[in-house]
Amino acid sequence: MRVMALLHASALLALLPVAFARAQEGSPENIQIGLSTDRVSITSDFSGAELTIFGALDNADPLIARQGRYDVVVVLEGPSRPVMVRKKTRVLGVWVNTQSEIFRDVPESYSMALTRAPQDITDPGGYRQLALGPANIHLQPLDPEGDPKTIEEFSAALRDRKEATGLYSVRVGGVQFLSQSLFRAKLTLAPNVAVGTHRARAFLFRNGMFLRETSAQLTIRKAGLEQRLYEFAQDHGTIYGIIAVLIAIVTGWLGRMIFRKD
Amino acid sequence: MGIYLPIAEMSVNVFVLLAMGGAVGFLSGMFGVGGGFLITPLLIFYNIPPSIAVATGANQVIASSFSGALAHFKRKSLDVKLGTVLLAGGIVGASLGAVVFAYLRRLGQLDLIVSLLYVAFLGVVGGLMLLESVNAMRRSRSGESISLRKPGQHNWIHRLPLKMRFRASKLFVSVIPVLALGAFIGFLASIMGVGGGFIMVPALIYLLKVPTNVVIGTSLFQIIFVAAFTTIIHSTANQTVDVVLAFLLMVGGVAGAQYGARVGQRLRGEQLRALLAMLVLAVAIRLAFDLFVRPESVYSLSMGGA
Repeated sequence: MRVMALLHASALLALLPVAFARAQEGSPENIQIGLSTDRVSITSDFSGAELTIFGALDNADPLIARQGRYDVVVVLEGPSRPVMVRKKTRVLGVWVNTQSEIFRDVPESYSMALTRAPQDITDPGGYRQLALGPANIHLQPLDPEGDPKTIEEFSAALRDRKEATGLYSVRVGGVQFLSQSLFRAKLTLAPNVAVGTHRARAFLFRNGMFLRETSAQLTIRKAGLEQRLYEFAQDHGTIYGIIAVLIAIVTGWLGRMIFRKD
Repeated sequence: MGIYLPIAEMSVNVFVLLAMGGAVGFLSGMFGVGGGFLITPLLIFYNIPPSIAVATGANQVIASSFSGALAHFKRKSLDVKLGTVLLAGGIVGASLGAVVFAYLRRLGQLDLIVSLLYVAFLGVVGGLMLLESVNAMRRSRSGESISLRKPGQHNWIHRLPLKMRFRASKLFVSVIPVLALGAFIGFLASIMGVGGGFIMVPALIYLLKVPTNVVIGTSLFQIIFVAAFTTIIHSTANQTVDVVLAFLLMVGGVAGAQYGARVGQRLRGEQLRALLAMLVLAVAIRLAFDLFVRPESVYSLSMGGA
């Protein structure tokens, strides 16, 4: 695997073995990330956001750093919930939901930022091993006995739909080194991002080799009125409904008072 | 300007919603209908999940119906007794509708059934209205006088037992068809998120022979209660009423309705009905189009695995 990665890095090919040897001598590199806040609040004007995560490498080899052979991948994974994927087929000319497949513990959102294009950091096998990237999220069907072909079709559809709605996203160049050891990751929060506990994870690669990962938690929640309304609707549905009716009646009455023309 | 909807859990444009409410309010004021049959499809076209569009549509209908019923109440063009009997049926129908609604949602067929119901009802009602209004226009051109109500001429509905007298409507009719009509419209109201005025009005005129002047007021009167009941049921069972969304639509709606009413007064009855018929048909065709045309993606996701 290492050989493969080295071959990709054509420009630096000659220098790499030297750098690699030197890094092995010192104490091992470590990666740390810090969130400026452990809470993101969704307010009434929320229309998606950009989340910035800062991080640092400890004991980075200056030579490798200068050559840009450290790569960082940062992932923000939303809370997991079961998801049902439905498929429409044509019945008597009308498109009807006919087939469905339920997956357990699907992350609601998955936002990934990388220093470079994925294929320049490590090979597909490496991503698969780390279950890293939207394509490698492990999707477990509720009924594991099902036809593997169908399961594959529906899990591909799930990823595709999540990408189409912006919930699964990949941002190449979203991680930037500010100095030899300091980096900044910019992640996309979709407008329809799920509330709950999200997990930020950072993966450090050197010369295409995975070294270490670290994680931090982030709570995304609705703020202020939105939060209270949502909770109220969930906990006191009937009273919420009655209030909704009263608001409608008052609005209708006021509308007539203000705009009446007869 | 974007605003985050707490229940729909998405960000939408305030001005789009105000304009949507205003446009529908204008039309509803012009034609004397609640506008629910336009609001719900429009919300679905705007990517609001159908279950939320339906429940929120019902909430919005209350505001426009209340506003309209007030005017009729003042003019006494409203039969409270007939409205109450319709309402009794309506509550039963709406409760049944909410159960069916929750069941269809679990099954994943809610969107389909909602669309099919819209296409069927809007198509039939729009088609019949268009025919009727074109005929009326032709007749008025050839100088014949037209009257929808022909006293003394009774149909099978008037031979049913359990008769009741409705003074304001000058009607002596069995309560069975009245309750049945109320229940049927209540059922549709809770599944489609409409007040049902576009079915109630023709049914009262043509089936029960209620005088035209009390029809709209009575229909609006009972719609307020059925829509209120539907809103509460949906909010209790499905938590799908978004008050922020509903409020924006209402504000646009009540403002638009008053201007629509003024324009409506300048148009002639049969022209107005022909225009409304074409509008209804246009919505039906647009929804039918979505049913028959291959969707952008044949796959869809729903949360909770249910």
